[in-house]
Amino acid sequence: MAEQQNKINLNGHDFIFDPDETILSVAQRNSIDIPTLCYLKRTIPTGACRICVVEVKGAKSLLPACSTPAANDMVVHTESAPVIEARRLIIQLLLSSGNHNCAIRGSDGKDWTQFQLNVQKDDGSGELCPVWGDCRLQDLAYKYQVNGDKFPATEILYPMESVNPFIIRDFSRCILCGRCVQACNEVQVNNAINIGYRGASTKIIAAGDRPLKDSDCVFCGECVQACPVGALVEKESRYKVRHWKTDKVQTTCSYCGVGCQLYLHVQDNKVVKVTGVDDVPPNFGSLCVKGRFGYDFINSSERLTDPLIKENGSFRKATWDEALSLVAGKLGEIKEKHGPDSIGVLTSARITNEENYIVQKFTRAVLKTNNIDHCARL
Amino acid sequence: MTNTIGDVEEANVILITGSNTTENHPVLSSFVKRAVKYKGAKLILIDPRRIKMEEFADIWLRQNLGTDVAWINGMMHVIIKEGLYDRTFVENRTTGFEELKVVIEKYTPEYVESITGVPAEDLIEAARLYAGAKAGAILYCMGITQHITGTDNVKSLANLAMLCGNLGIRGGGVNPLRGQNNVQGACDMGGLPNVYSGYQSVTDEAARSRMEKAWGVTGLPDKPGLKVTEMIPKAHDKTLKALYIVGENPLVSDPDLNHAEKSIKNLDFLVVQDIFLTETAQLADVVLPSACFAEKEGTFSNTERRVQRVRKAVDPPGDSKDDWKITCEIASRMGYPMSYESSSAIMEEISKVTPSYTGINYGRIEEEGIHWPCPTPDHPGTSVLHTLAFPIGKGVFHAIEYIPPAEQTDEDYPLYLTTGRIIYHYHTGTMTMKSEGLNERAPENFVEISPADARKYGFDNGAMAKIASRRGDITAKIRISSAAVGGTVFIPFHFAQSAANKLTNAALDPVSKIPEYKVCAVKLSRAA
Repeated sequence: MAEQQNKINLNGHDFIFDPDETILSVAQRNSIDIPTLCYLKRTIPTGACRICVVEVKGAKSLLPACSTPAANDMVVHTESAPVIEARRLIIQLLLSSGNHNCAIRGSDGKDWTQFQLNVQKDDGSGELCPVWGDCRLQDLAYKYQVNGDKFPATEILYPMESVNPFIIRDFSRCILCGRCVQACNEVQVNNAINIGYRGASTKIIAAGDRPLKDSDCVFCGECVQACPVGALVEKESRYKVRHWKTDKVQTTCSYCGVGCQLYLHVQDNKVVKVTGVDDVPPNFGSLCVKGRFGYDFINSSERLTDPLIKENGSFRKATWDEALSLVAGKLGEIKEKHGPDSIGVLTSARITNEENYIVQKFTRAVLKTNNIDHCARL
Repeated sequence: MTNTIGDVEEANVILITGSNTTENHPVLSSFVKRAVKYKGAKLILIDPRRIKMEEFADIWLRQNLGTDVAWINGMMHVIIKEGLYDRTFVENRTTGFEELKVVIEKYTPEYVESITGVPAEDLIEAARLYAGAKAGAILYCMGITQHITGTDNVKSLANLAMLCGNLGIRGGGVNPLRGQNNVQGACDMGGLPNVYSGYQSVTDEAARSRMEKAWGVTGLPDKPGLKVTEMIPKAHDKTLKALYIVGENPLVSDPDLNHAEKSIKNLDFLVVQDIFLTETAQLADVVLPSACFAEKEGTFSNTERRVQRVRKAVDPPGDSKDDWKITCEIASRMGYPMSYESSSAIMEEISKVTPSYTGINYGRIEEEGIHWPCPTPDHPGTSVLHTLAFPIGKGVFHAIEYIPPAEQTDEDYPLYLTTGRIIYHYHTGTMTMKSEGLNERAPENFVEISPADARKYGFDNGAMAKIASRRGDITAKIRISSAAVGGTVFIPFHFAQSAANKLTNAALDPVSKIPEYKVCAVKLSRAA
């Protein structure tokens, strides 16, 4: 038998694919944009939102690219007229339910003001959506030039939950894509949230529909990072942080030894938000509660800002010159009088490699002792 | 770690011991949970507490505190007796197997049960499961090392892995999970009393003369220095006169704190360089303010030996400075000029004098970190260690006998205490306790106790208890939990105002000088 040819045709071009690939993964690998909403990397595709539907020659209906395996000689159109039509309809439906007050939602001009006022009341803010400009639904609505006028607005069934220190759950903006549920169950495997109730009453629930703080949730925030809209937002940065005002700096987390790669979001020389760096080892976007929400210490008012010298039992501020000369003088004196081994140095598991190297070099080359250790043992 | 974090998902069997992984390494724990839930891996948990991981475990063995050598020997006894070990690996890659066999002989499952409390049949089942794995990964943490037999425990785990040929393969390995962001790097860089960077011994004359040449000095000391746990007693008896402490808070993290505090107060001169006025800094003669990780350039080496970039995002507050700049200034004022243009320039020097870091420079780790050993600039790094040979050639089996913990319970102190961390705080809390949200989730210290012990000692949930050991006492809130097993209580060590380390025993492992934080005897009474 001839060897199986793994070839698929996307928008008129042939592409080779691996046996386990879906249409979406072949497309993504070849820079063909198929929009997704519910699809979450590293999880089993659910095909729930159907925004990624494509036209497959010979198929009776449009098929979701995220969960349809690529097959030999398959002919696929990713932006044909029926595909665009279907996507527009999905976006229209999503926009018409909930507080999507990004103006893209649209109106006939009469009820917009009232709608906006209602949302502002729900939100406790006079601003447009907290994720304005950073929302997958908004992007798609622009891309396909649709608004939510076509369908009557649906009622908002569930109030916002804000009774935990980290995450605002705004059910009015939830599009029930299920990414948060997958992030919680399939990526972090904390199994804290799930899809609850049925039909029009569907809601993402924690532990029999209790607040997150009373569930198995450990506030890793994987769900917040996975949310494509404004339904899950960091409490501390909500409405305060706008992505066009911030810079992102990639660095390594300073808590445990896993070394998660994270972005520090900086606004006005302050770290205002932290997110995981997707697609990069070791953490591939995941973080824990400390890495994601434990950044307040950086900007704490208790940070030391000046050298301090103790006099008569209490500290006074000193200049660097004064403090460094005192330290160098005292260490030199003690070394002279009692020998190098009368001095000890504790370097740190918290500072950088470069700094540890410098501290041990100083200890050995200048103090001339090997009395150096750190708290690996403690 | 001999292997990578990602490798955990390649394992067929994962054995976790002495690691409360979901609380202390939450992101790494998700690799284990995914392997179990979605990839069919089996999980063996050996831990004195019924931690969250127990929900994912196929087998949970509950050993008595400080009896790890016994259960590991017991598993090896079963594996050898039933002929389940990897003969090829043992013959080609190891020495000392015959000696091991002799010592292991008496560790029958029944004998081990009498020491550890682990039912013989459970031990046999776990041994068969681990030995039967194509790739078996061992993950461990301070629950293994913080014992007077910490070194023995680690060697025993290495014995077990070698016996089953689980070294040098994907999804295998003996993997310590490092608790601090750069504890690996601090060791790699020679922040230890016996080695320069890259674990080059200070007693090796060739290494010493290489460093003397590189640093332009003569007379580098040739004897290993004091470990932290040896410095404290030397300070106490006033033979150690001065301490320069960078970014550490021993007054919360050291064992037997009352003694540690007295010792530090005995110093003639204490310099503390930190980002906060910690409990330790308050005792200093001079405090030097430094920049935190978000304010500087550099690298950290994570638990899987991956050297990763740290980047400056914001300016340090006030006059605080990079730690390396402060140390260089002190050196220069002591007559040895040290100055570098940048942290990158320091890394260039590191790579010149550190064989395992020779191929590492900032340009290469811009996007993604590299695992050391990385001996040349075009070497891809080493994700799995010991694939072909061990650094010393053949792996050595160490025949090790069980030794009981230093302190036992008795009539006066009838309960065992073990310590550890919780998910919402980190080490001595100087960073996490600045976050309102984290404090809201975990506001205060507690003592975790089993429902049966709570009944026995007449405590309601939330009551205040006084916990006393032979060294000191603290008060903490009673938390009745099914995670605790009768006879043993648990207290996290984060909370300075009710420091668990006022109770812990400073008895040390004779080799590593690690204190036995994980076992001591206490008594509980109602707080006044």
